Amino acid sequence: MPGEALIAARSLTKRFGSFTAVDGIDFEVAPGEAFGFLGPNGAGKSSTMKMIGCVSPPTSGSLTILSLDPVHDGSRIRGRLGVVPQEDNLDLELTVRENLLIYGRYFDLPRSVVRERADELLDFVQLSERANDKVDALSGGMKRRLTIARALINEPDIVLLDEPTTGLDPQARHVLWDRLYRLKQRGVTLVLTTHYMDEAEQLCDRLVVMDGGHIVAEGSPRQLIEAHTSREVLELRFGIDEHSVTADKLADLADRMEVLPDRILLSTPDGEAALAAVHQRGLVPESSLVRRSTLEDVFLRLTGRRLVD
Amino acid sequence: MAAPLALRSAEHWFALYRRTFRMSLFTTVLNPVLFLAAMGIGLGSLVGSGTGQINGVSYLDFLAPGLLAFTAMQTATGESTWPVMGAIKWNREYLAMLATPLSVDDVLRGHLVFITARIAQACTIFVVVMMAFGAMPSRWGLMALPMAVLAGLAFATPCVAFAASRENDAGFAALQRFVITPLFLFSGTFFPISQLPPALRPIAWLTPQWHGVEGARQLCLGTATVAETAGHVAYLSVWVVAGYVIARRTFTSRLRP
Repeated sequence: MPGEALIAARSLTKRFGSFTAVDGIDFEVAPGEAFGFLGPNGAGKSSTMKMIGCVSPPTSGSLTILSLDPVHDGSRIRGRLGVVPQEDNLDLELTVRENLLIYGRYFDLPRSVVRERADELLDFVQLSERANDKVDALSGGMKRRLTIARALINEPDIVLLDEPTTGLDPQARHVLWDRLYRLKQRGVTLVLTTHYMDEAEQLCDRLVVMDGGHIVAEGSPRQLIEAHTSREVLELRFGIDEHSVTADKLADLADRMEVLPDRILLSTPDGEAALAAVHQRGLVPESSLVRRSTLEDVFLRLTGRRLVD
Repeated sequence: MAAPLALRSAEHWFALYRRTFRMSLFTTVLNPVLFLAAMGIGLGSLVGSGTGQINGVSYLDFLAPGLLAFTAMQTATGESTWPVMGAIKWNREYLAMLATPLSVDDVLRGHLVFITARIAQACTIFVVVMMAFGAMPSRWGLMALPMAVLAGLAFATPCVAFAASRENDAGFAALQRFVITPLFLFSGTFFPISQLPPALRPIAWLTPQWHGVEGARQLCLGTATVAETAGHVAYLSVWVVAGYVIARRTFTSRLRP
């Protein structure tokens, strides 16, 4: 039922001169869903987000957002979107509250409405106490939260987040994830890009993996892990020189093996059993770790590369 | 709610200006006082072999409208270069605006509304100071205010277009050095362009600055004719419109890639 999707893209393409940033992708986002674009830098995630945000027109293919055409109804669509850009573009010279008041006016909302919502939103992102401080003085995590509050001033149907936690420390990321999770609980549709596996697993109901402008896989985080990798991963570190020699002796112990510069990854249903088998063969790794498979492993499997270098 | 969205984006610039309002107001008032006192009265006393007159007009009366037009040009270029670049590259306010219902036109017009207001503010203060110095012989001189604002806009729209096409602010210092300063010195502000070598006079005629200076001066001295004033207005308007059209094109290709 394509009519029910909030966002629907068919053969969506974006070219800049001779460079193709997004190469004919198809996807749909359903109401209330948290949908993610996962991929390394340069995969085409941000270009896709800019087309959805109606700030960059598609080169070809079709894109429908809220049943409207972004080329002709860009302004109307943007009125119902909340955008958290990759790089903060807050007014550093203005106060926290002023940032919300001014931004709300861009949506042609009456001042009284904007004032009321600003107070609620500052409460929601836990910045009420900083309301009258200049934005310049805020930490990176606080600025990010303010950007999210700003994106919610028009009570949007869809919130677009382009790499929402890039550059934040772990604590700030968790605070942010918590707020985004609450938004999702309220039924707001989230569309986000990330190159962090843990972020995708935390936030996304469904995601597509992008690489080189293409979608290379699609599904829920669990589905992707089940479809593309075994349940567990055994990570082994040997002396640097021994890697290639040792790898030959291990290949048959795993469903799949990745030899990275610093370690060897064995995908297997049972990591402990595989480790025991390694020891049985008289091989003694400098260190070993058994863990659950993650989206990082899926990505490695699909593209042969790691996500963040 | 019928107000155009462009005014919404102008609100941002006014809010930003409020933060530096006092300091800005101080210099906006002080500059004309210092210039008129030093150049108009001090230097003026040496003009015309000590008669203090130029073509039968006191040097102060001659100079003041020129400085008015200069004030417009200076305010316009300042507000139309660095802030535009900042809104694209540094603070990225334009990008924030464009993620909302505002269109590229709204963003451009909103900024121009603010720039116009800033030029008008600076020129109004200048005219008040002029009157306090008794440097406005004709009552038509009040019409020099809109003339100066128009002359300012004739710089503002091309400067906005120029700023939006740059990758960094290196060109702005060059603009000041090689365009604004020569125009300040040689467009009839301090002396009539009849003093220029004949070969250079047509260049002065082509600059919007000369039309601003001359238009404002004729009104202040009461020598303006309808035809001449209409000519200055028309010529300055061409610059305003041409600058706007180019700025619009530059904004669209830059901000909606």
